[in-house]
Amino acid sequence: MSESEHSPDAAVTLAPARAVPRIRAVPWFAVALALLALVLPFLEGVPLIGWLASPFQRIQLTYGLVFGIAALAFNLLLGYTGLLSFGHAVFFGSAAYATGLLVKYLHVSSMEGFLLAGCVSSLVLAAGFGAVCVRYTRIFFSILTLALSQVVWALALKFFWITNGTDGLRIPTPTLLLGLVGVPDDKVRFLSFTYYYYVLAVFFICMVALGMIAASPFGKALQAIRDNEIRAQFVGIEVWRYRWSAFVVSGAFTGVAGTLFAPLNGLTTPDILHWTFSGKIVFMTVLGGFKSFSGPILGGVAYNYLETYVIKTTEYWQMLLGIILVALVLVMPQGIIGALGWIIHRRSGRR
Amino acid sequence: MSLLLAQGLRKSFGETRAVNGVDFRVEPEELISLVGSNGAGKTTLVNLLSGLLRPDAGQIAFDGADITALSVGARIRAGIARSFQLVNLFDQLNVLDNVRLAIFSRDGVTRQPLRLAERDTRARNEAMEILGEFGLESKWDTPAAGLAQGERKLLDVAVAYALRPKLILLDEPTSGVGTREKGVIMEAIASVVRERFLAAVIVEHDMDVVFTYSDRIVMMHQGAVLAEGTPDQIRADERVSAVLLGKG
Amino acid sequence: MDIFLAQLLNALLYAAVLFLIAGGLSLIFGVMRIVNLAHGSLYALGAYVMAWGLGRLAGESGSEPVYLIALLPVAAVAVGATGAVVEPILLRPLYARAEEYQLLLTFGLLLILEDAMRYIWGPTPLTASPLWAAFGTLHLMGATYPRYNVVVILLGVLTAVLLWAFVFKTRFGVMLRATSQNRRMAAALGINVGGVYVQAFALGCLMAGLAGAVIVPIQGAVLGMGVDALVLAFVVVVIGGLGSLDGALVGALIVGVVRTVAIQYFPELELAVLYLIAAVVLITRPAGLLGRA
Repeated sequence: MSESEHSPDAAVTLAPARAVPRIRAVPWFAVALALLALVLPFLEGVPLIGWLASPFQRIQLTYGLVFGIAALAFNLLLGYTGLLSFGHAVFFGSAAYATGLLVKYLHVSSMEGFLLAGCVSSLVLAAGFGAVCVRYTRIFFSILTLALSQVVWALALKFFWITNGTDGLRIPTPTLLLGLVGVPDDKVRFLSFTYYYYVLAVFFICMVALGMIAASPFGKALQAIRDNEIRAQFVGIEVWRYRWSAFVVSGAFTGVAGTLFAPLNGLTTPDILHWTFSGKIVFMTVLGGFKSFSGPILGGVAYNYLETYVIKTTEYWQMLLGIILVALVLVMPQGIIGALGWIIHRRSGRR
Repeated sequence: MSLLLAQGLRKSFGETRAVNGVDFRVEPEELISLVGSNGAGKTTLVNLLSGLLRPDAGQIAFDGADITALSVGARIRAGIARSFQLVNLFDQLNVLDNVRLAIFSRDGVTRQPLRLAERDTRARNEAMEILGEFGLESKWDTPAAGLAQGERKLLDVAVAYALRPKLILLDEPTSGVGTREKGVIMEAIASVVRERFLAAVIVEHDMDVVFTYSDRIVMMHQGAVLAEGTPDQIRADERVSAVLLGKG
Repeated sequence: MDIFLAQLLNALLYAAVLFLIAGGLSLIFGVMRIVNLAHGSLYALGAYVMAWGLGRLAGESGSEPVYLIALLPVAAVAVGATGAVVEPILLRPLYARAEEYQLLLTFGLLLILEDAMRYIWGPTPLTASPLWAAFGTLHLMGATYPRYNVVVILLGVLTAVLLWAFVFKTRFGVMLRATSQNRRMAAALGINVGGVYVQAFALGCLMAGLAGAVIVPIQGAVLGMGVDALVLAFVVVVIGGLGSLDGALVGALIVGVVRTVAIQYFPELELAVLYLIAAVVLITRPAGLLGRA
């Protein structure tokens, strides 16, 4: 056939460099942010950004990174697979509870032990729930995840002799790196320095792992399922099996976030199992922008600041979150990252 | 031996007998046009052959094996791929990824979450080569949703073709495009079918196109095969012209 | 025997209220394909409006509390009106977009409504029990049972009958069903789809509001009641089939009975058993017992 007949310029524009797609380099501002996070604890005395380096702020950022992991993991389902889970609190919460029960019954104090228990518990839950939930899509999937997560919440509340009910389980300061870093004397220093770096490292590992999954052939298959389930089936993809795998991966990484959260918060209560907490994970992701890979990270960090500072000013912060969410959906559905992209695009467009 | 042999296929939707006792065969390297008025059962037949629907009765054998009970995925692995009348693409993925996904799936690498899709040079080169055969290589980084209708039709065929099937089922690959584009699409299809020694079943309305490209023509009417033969035989068949002129 | 009867009536009471909530949820979904996460909060709103109104009126005029049951429709209509405002302003811009956005928006609405109620009526629960007490008790085959609860059961039955007549016997019902079958076709036939949507949404909200209003004399208005009710309503519609009114009725009866039995014999597992039933239904009959596939 003659190509020039319908695309006369094809041969001209087809320079080899264009024809060979390259992996997009990590953008400079991501590298800058990563470096900033790395040296942050040493910047306390520096003017202008010193306030950001205070122990209090570093603990806030730690919370933000933990939420960032949860939102990233959640977005593997929402953004990449097209499934909106309203039950992700169960993976976050069950991992935190696994940590709490490990402390209560087995007196474990190693963070790696916590991570293992948290990961396994959320993995097992996700495998079971996923087997039921991924048979459905769209609204039915959302309702089902919500309802199943509520079972676990109800159990945590009702079996108070195991879970301490609404009082929750205490989580003491853990030892890190298989006991290499012992239990510290100064808890604030531990959380704002040692644990800050620990979370930063785990965050980085999770981000790279999830990033790889998203960019792998497996990740492409998920996006294909999101875009067109029928066609995905007709290129030979077993749709529900991939959905299940995505569900399990997403649940397990959310569990990592839940485990990291437990010692940071010092307490595990049924709140983080309740479906409104699932709603908050949804909120973070949408706030950051679920159409991009990195949006949810921004969303997790931003959400934490929002909650911290808004709770201080008003008792009715939930209403404010609601208003922000409604506004996001109506006028800024691409979230923070979409808005940033739009601003940058406009500025470069003017030049 | 026939590549595909379907016997006594029946499929009803409620009271409607969409396919009512159809025998259908495809020989290797043969380009068959499936023609007939709307509601004749062409798309239902394609759906039965591709596994989207299960027949109420009848058998389908492909490459010597009974595939009647096989899933869509198993039929694809056996070598049957299809395109869609209403284009089915991965709209948010770019053109390259649409084709590449079929290659990944065919090679079984979609099960691997820990390698980068972009690093797979072999898959990328093959996808670009296929896009070249369909004249779409300059559009490789356009999202599928951003293509023109004719390009979408071509890409739909290219995705099916990338599965490297032995038999490709194309449901109205030229519907909804202008006459000039129709020719471009049919040329592309015919050239890959001939060069790669594929068999193809094409559902098509335009009789000029049908007579130009087909080895054999199968005419369906009210759920059954009314006539079949070479373009010359069909041209001479009075029943066919009666139906085509709306007297049937 | 008397305990059994009382338990049966309790189950029916519970089913009546659940039917009102889940029926509204299902109606809205059936017509508009929207799952309203704020639906439970609208139920709570009905409860708060009712309790607040009762408190104001009973306090000032000292009138016979039994007549104050006339406040029920007022509270229900107030919630229905809220729905009639919300649909065109917040939901209408989203119909062209992916349905996830609608879910997100109604979640935002839930957050707003929950805090709005806390802001207006404070954190202490409101009670409307004088109305419940004013109805006295009923002696039935050796059992004593609150008469008000029987009124609620009858109201539930009456609403179910009225709703059925409305959907299947009126002209508006025909338009409603046509729109739910095929929105574009309905529009092509000259049905004002926008109008149908507002009315269906308002009607669904009204039912939720009525449910809240009838329950509040029995159990009071508490923060968080809406969120709990929403999840139970989901169980009902999952069992019965989302979008089907008969399904909502059957689901409500099943959940009512199961819950009453569970509270009696294994209170810790009450909710877990309900979700388990929902999960079993979903696995065996994905569209629910009476749902369309």
